Amino acid sequence: MSLDNPIRSSGELEDLHGVLVERRSEDHLCISICTGTGCVVGGAESVVDAFVEVISEMGLEEKIEVKPTGCHGFCEMGPLVTMTPSGYFYPQVHARDAREIVEKTLLNNEVVEKLLYHDPQTDEAIAREADVPFYKHQKRIILAENGHLNPTDIEDYISIGGYKGLAHVLDEMNPDEVITCVIDSGLAGRGGAGFPTGKKWEICQKQPSEPKYLVCNADEGDPGAYMDRSILEGNPHRVIEGMCIGAFAIGASQGFIYVRHEYPLAVERITLAIEDARTAGLLGEDIMGSGLNFDLKVVRGAGAFVCGEESALLKSLEGLKGEPKQRPPFPVEKGFQNKPTVINNVETWANVPHIINNGPEWFVGFGTEGSAGTKIFSLVGKVNNTGLVEVPMGVTIREIVFDIGGGIPNGKEFKAVQTGGPAGGCLPTSMLDLPVDFHALQEAGTIMGSGGLIVMDEDTCMVDVARYFTKFLEEESCGKCYSCRKGTQRMRELLDDICEGRGTPGHLALLEELGHAVNTASMCGLGQNAANPMLSTLRHFRDEYEAHINEHRCSAGVCTELIQYTILEEFCDGCAACSKVCPSECIVGEKDSLHTIITEDCIKCGSCLNVCTRGAVLITSGGGV
Amino acid sequence: MSAKVINITMNGLPMEVYEGMNVLEAARIMGIDIPTLCYDEGLSSYGACRLCIVEIGPQDRTKVVSSCTYRCEEGLEIRTHSKRVMDTRKMILELLVCSTPGSKTIQDLAAAHGVITARFKPEHEDCMLCGLCVRMCKEQMMATAIDFAGRGPDRRITTPFDEASALCRHCGGCMFICPACSSRCMGPDADTTLCSSCLNLSPSCVEVYDHQQCWMPPGCGTCIRPEGDYLPATGRISEVKTEA
Repeated sequence: MSLDNPIRSSGELEDLHGVLVERRSEDHLCISICTGTGCVVGGAESVVDAFVEVISEMGLEEKIEVKPTGCHGFCEMGPLVTMTPSGYFYPQVHARDAREIVEKTLLNNEVVEKLLYHDPQTDEAIAREADVPFYKHQKRIILAENGHLNPTDIEDYISIGGYKGLAHVLDEMNPDEVITCVIDSGLAGRGGAGFPTGKKWEICQKQPSEPKYLVCNADEGDPGAYMDRSILEGNPHRVIEGMCIGAFAIGASQGFIYVRHEYPLAVERITLAIEDARTAGLLGEDIMGSGLNFDLKVVRGAGAFVCGEESALLKSLEGLKGEPKQRPPFPVEKGFQNKPTVINNVETWANVPHIINNGPEWFVGFGTEGSAGTKIFSLVGKVNNTGLVEVPMGVTIREIVFDIGGGIPNGKEFKAVQTGGPAGGCLPTSMLDLPVDFHALQEAGTIMGSGGLIVMDEDTCMVDVARYFTKFLEEESCGKCYSCRKGTQRMRELLDDICEGRGTPGHLALLEELGHAVNTASMCGLGQNAANPMLSTLRHFRDEYEAHINEHRCSAGVCTELIQYTILEEFCDGCAACSKVCPSECIVGEKDSLHTIITEDCIKCGSCLNVCTRGAVLITSGGGV
Repeated sequence: MSAKVINITMNGLPMEVYEGMNVLEAARIMGIDIPTLCYDEGLSSYGACRLCIVEIGPQDRTKVVSSCTYRCEEGLEIRTHSKRVMDTRKMILELLVCSTPGSKTIQDLAAAHGVITARFKPEHEDCMLCGLCVRMCKEQMMATAIDFAGRGPDRRITTPFDEASALCRHCGGCMFICPACSSRCMGPDADTTLCSSCLNLSPSCVEVYDHQQCWMPPGCGTCIRPEGDYLPATGRISEVKTEA
């Protein structure tokens, strides 16, 4: 039995699943190589080629399967290679290591010591993926599959129980039962607002107007966030299955996947997956012989951040200018072409089949009251283990940053973590034990957002951070609401003043007043959170703002207008490395004698600091170091 | 508009309105003055200027929405002049007056709301992108010769591809409705950021006194100035208060 003919019933899917499982179970050795974007940059494609070549040379094609998969999550250490069934794991694999890994690990079941992952904190060598601290502290439901799936192979997905949830729904449930199941699970929108998904489906289902539409929001624009991309790239069928289940429950016949044009691989993978699913009879007309008609179309976004906002997304989908509009009416009442439309985030759709397969109680078992299930965060910035982490709702930020993330590199101090993307807020050290759920984050003056976590260390200037994100929002505001367009511009100007030493004590009061007005008056989620980066840093790091204004001091040494570079006499050995790299030729001094920086000509590029091996170059600001 | 009548509460007063009517219309029926820049009865609501914001919802979880785009619904509670609303309106007017000081409409609104500081760097924009001209052209003149282009700081109103549009009949409707073009502030010093000269005229050209139901002689102005901050006999507020 294979996929030559479309699947006409759940029984046929079951049979196919059985055949696929059987085919792969007899001492089936598999080597999974992460081909997520991070690992591809690290050379994963050449690693895949090397394994394929070595294995064909040895004539082991029958025995060993080489599987290029989606993102495993541990992007810091790419390219990642894991082996099943042994569970051995090698990070930062190079093409030249392929032969050794095949000979030793796959054929003789012994580890290659020099390739093993070493815990940076204990320096202990770890052989199995499950024991790596980065993975050990996570609860991976959606991401776990990424590591075992060939995203371009629908059979692979069916072999791990794919489309079983859909078959179950079509065979044994009615739409109301499906909606009740999703409501009971407490699944809340993973795009940031946290609206109960089941509730949204219920409202849409009850609308008298026909036809109904589904949209998968994959317009993931937050800098540093890439969980939706990784799901679409690594496990596109999970999203399709989730949407099919949604279509059955809501009574929709057409769905859209609105994905960023900047995600070419995700577009390619999801397009292929849709075609495969259609050929297999799992999408399109009369899905699995049940009479359900539902088809999907991929629509690419044109690069506007604001189109991640649902009403702007719908406008864009209709071919209009991506501009939010007043809600209500909500999209569930009047959405795409004024018809009821359910818009859910990629991660939300991907959770649906799991809830159907395991039951709502299972899902409620993770997380906190009011925030059920797991959430994927993209942990980036000044943290040892950069990557995607999936944890139950309610774990603390400390657990994510220190236990999973392995703390701050180079022995630096943790300073802040920014949650919720550019319109989110920064949380200080004192809030490390805050549980991440929708409510707790809101209380602390930030938002869950789609799950970006940007870790900052002591070398980060919080005023500069606020300025950066405010500038981002200024540029990405659609410009419709005066409060948002002009407000973000004025906030950025005031922050510029502070960063460049023109700040006055009046600036802070004005910033606060303006920030509240911007958040209050604007129409959509972008404008209503546009002042968050500034307000949250002002709330938690007011002393830094005051130091910039009163003492002209940037303690992190970031704001160029407020810092000076000097060379310390006692450390300088006159190697002249600094004067060679100085682009403005403002470092003077004889070879082997003290060098000095002519401050007036210095452009503060920091080149001298980077090349000095003796630590003689010092940044001073406002009289302090 | 359907004929169904629904009940709402406006500033604590019960009121019956037609379903589907927007909050701004309902308030105006009650004689409540809500300032607007981008609204016109003959055009569709857009919600760009954010001056017509009102606070809605039960006391413990209110939200602020633009009244021109928000439709009345059964049981809706509305506050049109709450502190949160007034503070925000004032800030928006300060933003407006600092960026588009040449519009008399804006100067008057700022004065009427007691905006006596202009704390942002002065700019001289001729357009605040309220979009009245765009809707006028499209909905009343049936031309669609102009529309918005760009986003964020690049947002502007223009013809397609910035070329002269064949659809434009030079009717002037856009200029007629523009709050910046049609009433350019021709005060003594039109281009100072916060003119407010009209406040010192007698009788004042601003309806601020009627508006606040004050029976003091015109031009007293104490209600919109901080206590003790009296104007010099010939001075203008802009000279006294503007931190340019």
